[in-house]
Amino acid sequence: MSDVSVIASFDFELLWETLFLKTYNTRLVVVSVTLLGAAAGLIGSFLLLRKQSLLGDALSHATLPGIGIAFALMSALGMNAKSLPGLLAGATITGLLGVLLVLAIKRTTRLKEDAAMGIVLSVFFGLGVAILRMVQKIPGQSSAGLESFIYGKPASMIASDRLFIIVVLVITTFACLLLLKEFTLLCFDTNFASTEGWPTLTLDILLMALVTAVTVIGLQAVGLILIIAFLITPATAARFWTNNLRHMLWLAAIIGAVSGWLGASVSALLPKLPAGAIIVIAAAVIFLISMIFGRARGVLPRFLRHLDLQRKVGRQHILRSTYEILENTQESHPIQNLPISMDLLRKHRYWSKGELAKVIRQARSEDHIERRPTGEICLSESGFGEASRITRNHRLWELYLIKHADIAPSHVDRDADMVEHLLGAEIVRQLEAELDLEKPIVESPHVINTELGLQSEPTS
Amino acid sequence: MRPEHPPEFPLAIHDLTVAYHRKPVLWDIELNVPQGTLAGIVGPNGAGKSTLLKACLDLIPKTSGEVLIYGKPYEDQRDLIAYVPQRESVDWDFPVSALDVVVMGTYRKLGWFKRVGKAQRQQAREALEQVGIGHLADRQISQLSGGQQQRVFLARALVQDAEIYFMDEPFAAVDAATEQAVIELLQNLNAKGKTVLCVHHDLATVSRYFDHLVLLNMRIVASGSTSETFTRENLHKTYGGKLNLLDDVAEALKNVGR
Repeated sequence: MSDVSVIASFDFELLWETLFLKTYNTRLVVVSVTLLGAAAGLIGSFLLLRKQSLLGDALSHATLPGIGIAFALMSALGMNAKSLPGLLAGATITGLLGVLLVLAIKRTTRLKEDAAMGIVLSVFFGLGVAILRMVQKIPGQSSAGLESFIYGKPASMIASDRLFIIVVLVITTFACLLLLKEFTLLCFDTNFASTEGWPTLTLDILLMALVTAVTVIGLQAVGLILIIAFLITPATAARFWTNNLRHMLWLAAIIGAVSGWLGASVSALLPKLPAGAIIVIAAAVIFLISMIFGRARGVLPRFLRHLDLQRKVGRQHILRSTYEILENTQESHPIQNLPISMDLLRKHRYWSKGELAKVIRQARSEDHIERRPTGEICLSESGFGEASRITRNHRLWELYLIKHADIAPSHVDRDADMVEHLLGAEIVRQLEAELDLEKPIVESPHVINTELGLQSEPTS
Repeated sequence: MRPEHPPEFPLAIHDLTVAYHRKPVLWDIELNVPQGTLAGIVGPNGAGKSTLLKACLDLIPKTSGEVLIYGKPYEDQRDLIAYVPQRESVDWDFPVSALDVVVMGTYRKLGWFKRVGKAQRQQAREALEQVGIGHLADRQISQLSGGQQQRVFLARALVQDAEIYFMDEPFAAVDAATEQAVIELLQNLNAKGKTVLCVHHDLATVSRYFDHLVLLNMRIVASGSTSETFTRENLHKTYGGKLNLLDDVAEALKNVGR
């Protein structure tokens, strides 16, 4: 089949029908996986805040032997060996056993938690794979389909299973919302919770029970290898957008639901693609977007804020430099706004030609600086006002440092350089009060040498 | 005969020993803290100051001994106690605001499953005002300075409205303004007849801040009013001449279990 025919054979009507649940068959699959995503996002947030993400991973891997053993037991007893509640009960038991083993190893030996988890996770998973291979040899029962617990296959769910899954998910979500306050306290300050009489061990067990429920229920859809991503990724993605726990929980639930919805829909369309992988990829894409663009802690907004500050610093430097040059080249007071040459400006702060051109461009974009046909530059009216304000702030801060921080006048210029850009109106008022100054412009506490760009202590 | 630990003492400790991994960190602690004192617990690093607080609050298991709050075990007297943990003991990157943290002090009275309401938030706002950072109530806690974070913890303890305040190094690594605010707060509590027990590490300020003093170095070296206890000889016993024998025995006990 050529590439063109693949695209041509892609049925957009089918896509539409799947995404919006038009066909009954896909409806329950997509709904249950979407719900799973919401629950996993919500409960995963607390798992993340409790700093127990990896324990969830150990738990999910430890479920595999339980599935094999439950299958063998049920077929030995002559029951339907693939009954979902039976298999999941087995998964829960060995999963919790794995978690307990991690805690026991940590407590009795002096191994750290990560080592204990590494051991438990791999041993239980290995054991599970071996048991699955053995139960395949049981006559009369087909173990085909048990592998879907490893990689996940939502379509393998039958109708009664889906109802069971939906009920469990609704219960866990409700329990998590009910215990919101208690879980928050547990995750933020366990010792404080305990002094206040909250049973922290019980709360930890409850949280772990909810994580277990979501993990086990999600096995069939996402698979035990990838379920941890479903628990952690939405929560971490949500954290990039907000510093508010409530918003983070909502957002994590929504991100989880969206990835579940997309993953289940796509895998219903293209049955050959493993659903678990698609769900996780969808979640990862949202994570990536959040990491870059997230309003609260994303990389890009942080970078932009930094860039913004740098620009502001550059602009303020050029305005102040121009003002200082004007002051030094004029005898009369108040000083007049005259054009000055680029060379003078460059010497004043050791700017390279390129740097200077860049800051001037930025200042011009704000209409603070005008360029004369002679090649000289001149402050605009607003620029002149801004320049005198900035120069004044700089000197107020210098005077403050000399008076209260005992910094030598020859050093204050650089120290003030670093903070002056952050001085808000409120701080400036405080400085004025502190220094008892209300003059429109303050004299520099040190000599400014425009010719050499050197700044030395007053000679008088 | 008068009992050894009469019930009018807010805190009485009898024969307390605490061990980490079989290594004793507190030996035979015998202590009475009188009502209405502003008591400092002072001692070198590793003396077990924080451990003593945590053992009193049942945060770590006691190897032996008992702790009485007004003559009763701690479990029955939780309402009377407020706790300010060390600032570094929590993750300040946690997605909550200053107000959210202070509101946690009301959870106990609120009980299971109940939501935080207007009354609790109002109470928390007032406590934040009292420690001088009312204007930062809605700020996320990672955006607060160290001193402001410490004040958030103190506000949470105020909301607990207790009789005895256990504070673990409230003066550690805070700015001068916060130090002043904290000490004023402690003196206010003291003036209302509350008892304050405070782990402290700065010897220079001990006699100015506390009227009662507990000198600790794995055992109680001395305890009593600051004027009588804060002596060169006691300090030498606490900080100077290393307690070599005690150290050796502790090391030996630790190795038995291996």
